[in-house]
Amino acid sequence: MPGGGWSRVCRWRRRSGAGHGPGVAEELAAALAPLAPRLYSIASSRLEEGEVAALAVALVRTATPEGPRDGAGSGHLAALAEGARLRVFWEPNPRFRLPAEDERDLVMVGAGTGIAPFRAFLQERAARGARGRHWLLYGARRRGEDFLYQLDWLRWRRRGLLHRLSLAFSRQRGDRAYVQDRLREEGAELLAWIEGGAALYVCGGTAMGEGVEAALGELLIRLRGLSPEEAAARLQAWRAEGRYRRDLY
Amino acid sequence: MDGTEVERIKRESRRLRGTLAESLADRASGALAEADQVILKFHGSYQQDDRDRREARQAAFLEPAYQFMIRTRTPGGALSSAQWLALDAIAERFANGTLRLTTRQAVQLHGVLKEDLKPAMQALLREARLDTIAACGDVNRTISVSACPEAGALHREVLALAARLSEALLPRSRAYLEIWLDGERLADSGEEEEPIYGPSYLPRKFKIAFAIPPRNDVEVRAQDLGFVAIAAEGQLQGFTVTVGGGMGMSAGDPRTYPRLAVDLGFVAPEQVIPLAAAVLTVQRDFGERRERKRARLKYTLETMGLKAFRAEVERRAGFVLAPPRPFGFAGSGDAFGWIREPEGAWSLGLWVPGGRVADRAEARFRSGLRAIAERHAGGFLLTPNQNLIVRGVAPGEREGIAALVREHGLDLHERLRPLRREAVACVALPSCPLAMAEAERALPELGARLERLLERHGLAEVPIGFRISGCPNGCSRPYLAEIAFVGRAPGRYDLRLGGDRRGERLNDLAGENLEVEEIFARLDRLLARYASERRAGEPFGDFVRRAWVLPAAAPLEEPTP
Repeated sequence: MPGGGWSRVCRWRRRSGAGHGPGVAEELAAALAPLAPRLYSIASSRLEEGEVAALAVALVRTATPEGPRDGAGSGHLAALAEGARLRVFWEPNPRFRLPAEDERDLVMVGAGTGIAPFRAFLQERAARGARGRHWLLYGARRRGEDFLYQLDWLRWRRRGLLHRLSLAFSRQRGDRAYVQDRLREEGAELLAWIEGGAALYVCGGTAMGEGVEAALGELLIRLRGLSPEEAAARLQAWRAEGRYRRDLY
Repeated sequence: MDGTEVERIKRESRRLRGTLAESLADRASGALAEADQVILKFHGSYQQDDRDRREARQAAFLEPAYQFMIRTRTPGGALSSAQWLALDAIAERFANGTLRLTTRQAVQLHGVLKEDLKPAMQALLREARLDTIAACGDVNRTISVSACPEAGALHREVLALAARLSEALLPRSRAYLEIWLDGERLADSGEEEEPIYGPSYLPRKFKIAFAIPPRNDVEVRAQDLGFVAIAAEGQLQGFTVTVGGGMGMSAGDPRTYPRLAVDLGFVAPEQVIPLAAAVLTVQRDFGERRERKRARLKYTLETMGLKAFRAEVERRAGFVLAPPRPFGFAGSGDAFGWIREPEGAWSLGLWVPGGRVADRAEARFRSGLRAIAERHAGGFLLTPNQNLIVRGVAPGEREGIAALVREHGLDLHERLRPLRREAVACVALPSCPLAMAEAERALPELGARLERLLERHGLAEVPIGFRISGCPNGCSRPYLAEIAFVGRAPGRYDLRLGGDRRGERLNDLAGENLEVEEIFARLDRLLARYASERRAGEPFGDFVRRAWVLPAAAPLEEPTP
């Protein structure tokens, strides 16, 4: 939880009325949980970028009475100088990998930094010469600043590797939509892709992931005439087939 | 993009539609498809990007910060107060919060994002009653008219004629209505008859101006087609017609050059529209279409020869031109301060720094002009030198407006030396895609530096026409200035010297691709000589031709075929 350590310190100070003095540092340290490691999806493919692992990290900045405060993890990363060294470890995520079949179509739904694994997917599939089609549904605040890896997606679209690109910008005049809205608008096409065998990947915040799931359920009810129970079962079936995978945080 | 490609895009655009609607709807990019960038110009807008941010954005995997410039079609620069207030509000809502006055008496909005283009166009039409049709592109652009309210009824008559001519020369395509205003698509959509332009429009931009002597603020000989008002006892008799002027050139290509227009003949007021249509169609049919930098009317005229050109125009217009009538100009600058209009009202000429209406520390032009427009119903007149005139001020109103002017610091013309008051700069960096060097942003610094130089030589009060252009295309009409800097690279300019102060003589290259330091060193030596050797009342531009190394300017001659 970014910023959590700081607010815990503030609460502890208020509760204990602690000032400076012998034992304060020890008492303070004891009140803190150890910092949890941060897990990020890698936004690049080894086939494309070799021994470089690209990460998409949103800097968490919260207003506090003492002024703006950056998240412990993202703030640390953002403050690193070029060439700085960092301790990292790999945590494989077997539940969120590319399908083995290169001809399978992909529908990728994400918001914010949730775009990271999809960039790695496209790099990998481009390098492998995969024949499957690709559709990115992506939501962010503003195109101008927040469409992560925009140049890559535009290039892939021009080259015909990205067959469909559906975007929602929630803070942009004339749009003010979320990725779930695009999902609903383009529902007929989306179901056609999935029913044609496409694998659906969802990555981003938990709320977005739940919103996407709700929208999918609605689509099945509205466009396929399923009951709510049948719709839930259909999603479950896709999951079981490995064609509906989520990575939410 | 070469000429053939632009021609193909125009021809296949289905009367200026292209795939603009699709480009506008594409959420993935702030830019338009390349062909649509060409088409958009005919709708009065240019795609640009913030060049200051290019590198940082590229490093962040983001496309350039694309944004659009929107230019109004405002013949003669006449705006009502209500229109001004609407423009001011639109600049706040959809653009960067400033208005830019141009040398063609248009208003430009800058920094408009793609998704705001359509709402901005709609607001312009519905709230400001202004369209932007043909404000850019290979068509007749906004028509300039001398901003001389002191000419009273004559000025108003010419202004009205310019507005009628502008209407008559509009493309007939309804693409503008369909794309920006959700206008209905009719049966002939995409195949509308274009009696003047045809399916490929003109080979290049086309500029028309009306000059009202003795004022030559429009610099009529810099225009493709000029009309010089000839009046007798305040009554308009007609116009001496000039053709073949143009500022633009391409650096390093001697086949391109700025050129002054020559006299073609004389027309009565009712012949203006047919004459202009005839000149336009001659240029349409005879103009160069493979090489854009050779496509302006000035080159067509030189290729055809004036005699053949005139004969072709007369044949198409259906009448023979009378011989040109003589006229004389006193100057190409603006008048500042209070000017009396013949019917008893007053006009107030204000100097707008760099043509940029913004709230800055030295003067709060945006707030000030808004306050004036709120109180005063008479409206504004934009000048071809990027300044502004408050017109139709009743004697009883003067006091109140003068107070607003003082309160907002709009009386810069009283506080400034003549050099900066006359200086003109084009927009250039960071938004203009053509700019090679700074212009508008560098004007305050370079102007102040030149002023200090003049001061050192005891010339502080001597008016000298100074212009900066960010590239050789010459939007600030640098080729007519006494001193001009024409951008070649960051911090490097061509130095040009020797224009007159009436817009009737081109200057000459005095140094190519020089560092600013070198330019000032040369000017320092020249101004020292000017201070000691000039004759009484001799302008700097005349002095350099008489006493320095520049040849005398070639007299205006009929071009040879």
